[in-house]
Amino acid sequence: MIRKETLLSWPMIAFMVLFFISPLLLLAGISLRGEDGSWGLGNFAAFLSDPFARGVLTGTLALGAKVTFFVSLAALPLVMLYWHAGKLLRGLILICTLLPMLTANVVRTFAWVVLLGRNGPISQTLLGLGLTERPFSLLFSETGLIIALVQIELPLLLLPVFAVLNRADRKTLEAAEVLGAGRWRAWFSAIFPQIIPAVLAGWVLVFASATTSYVTQSVIGGARLIYLPQFVYREVGVLFQWPMAAAISILLLASTGVIMLGLTMLARHERLQGHA
Amino acid sequence: MLETRSKISTALYWAFVWGCGLMVLAFMIGPILLALLMSFNSGTTLRFPPEGFSLRWYEMLFDPIASEPIHTAAKNSIEVALSTVAVVTLITAPAAWALARAPKRFAGSVEPVLLAPLVLPSLVYALAALLALSLLGLGPSFLAVLIGHAAVFAPLMFRTVLGLAQRMNPALEEASATLGASRARTFLRISLPGILPGILAGAFLVFMQSLDNVSVTLFLGDPGRTMLPLRLFAMLEESLDGRVAAVSGVLILAAALLLVTLQRFGGRDAR
Repeated sequence: MIRKETLLSWPMIAFMVLFFISPLLLLAGISLRGEDGSWGLGNFAAFLSDPFARGVLTGTLALGAKVTFFVSLAALPLVMLYWHAGKLLRGLILICTLLPMLTANVVRTFAWVVLLGRNGPISQTLLGLGLTERPFSLLFSETGLIIALVQIELPLLLLPVFAVLNRADRKTLEAAEVLGAGRWRAWFSAIFPQIIPAVLAGWVLVFASATTSYVTQSVIGGARLIYLPQFVYREVGVLFQWPMAAAISILLLASTGVIMLGLTMLARHERLQGHA
Repeated sequence: MLETRSKISTALYWAFVWGCGLMVLAFMIGPILLALLMSFNSGTTLRFPPEGFSLRWYEMLFDPIASEPIHTAAKNSIEVALSTVAVVTLITAPAAWALARAPKRFAGSVEPVLLAPLVLPSLVYALAALLALSLLGLGPSFLAVLIGHAAVFAPLMFRTVLGLAQRMNPALEEASATLGASRARTFLRISLPGILPGILAGAFLVFMQSLDNVSVTLFLGDPGRTMLPLRLFAMLEESLDGRVAAVSGVLILAAALLLVTLQRFGGRDAR
């Protein structure tokens, strides 16, 4: 029985079930379909027993992990700066964080094509400093791809953390400082625990986004570096191997899902909860 | 001794916070400024450093004959983005408003379903949707892209409207009804203004994401009707056409203008 006050929510629920959930269930279903028409986990077994395909899977997960790691590393000083900043600087940092998010993916990727190229500023600066003998290109290399993805995904981690810091209590930090904790200890023991749930939420977004960023991966990574999205696209677009492509996407989802679940459980861990 | 050590530690702290913090800020914003800078480059290719100032790429971009494919692609993309915003607003705003007033248990069990697309890679969804289409015997089409975009981006508006609807005081609506206002009047004068900033902010996010999306558009779109991100993506892969930089400039300006306009209209709650 549909209650009166929930009536207006049903069109959206119906839309999402019909157009979002059911295609995904179909995808999960067809991934279990074998070439000979039988049902089972044959596609998954075939994918995982192929060394090249397995390499693509681990390479993609590793890419996600590396990007997440470097995004966190880069985010730390900026988050600390945001915490100490006054109203004006906070506004400026927020605009600088939102602008990359609102810039088209193709635009950001284009900027990195110029930056990472042989004549780009990175190569030219290192050449000028005498750190390298000849100009080099970071395009079509994993290093270049990671650098670009870190810049592109940074806002995904920063925004949830900033939202928490806006509401955070300044008194805890002041109390820690009055009690004689050094600057470092005061920050890491009084503020850091408060942002942990937001960091975990951000990690999930960064990881999911880095592993599936088809455009950046193919333009910066080039044809030699193959990740799951390109692999899936080839299976469908070139080979018309629907069940295989479905199985690969389910694997991608499952690995992201497992990481997400792990992080959520970590966030709910009582020791962390006690601090938060 | 202990005094100096703590002094050094404090100095290091501020050096880290300000030094590294500003460096990361520059790293984040630098590529976008670079894309802008390159769009005014007068060289024949997009070589760094830019050779001089000129508007030639913009002239070429706005030339109706030379850039006809880009114009068509942009028109198609804006059409899809505007239709997506319309569909999303129609289904999302009432739902968010209703769920903010629904029993906690009901809302709690429905919200994760409505927010799921936020964490699901749109590439996987695009594949699933294409599969569903082909099983139904349908081909890629404008409608398919529209529905795909609406399904993937609806949560963006759902979240912004829900936040506002939950903070609204239900007593206001009750008071309006008690004082004899009709339902329509209460909705127009009380409820709608309350959630409007959320709708505007959500519309902005949905519009930008729809304009930018590659995977859903690539899988569900009619290959005969190119869309802007796919056109740009192809230009980027083929050659370093300077018009990519010019389009970047136009898009960055459009995003900034839209954001400022929204802040004017939506107040500070809109984000």
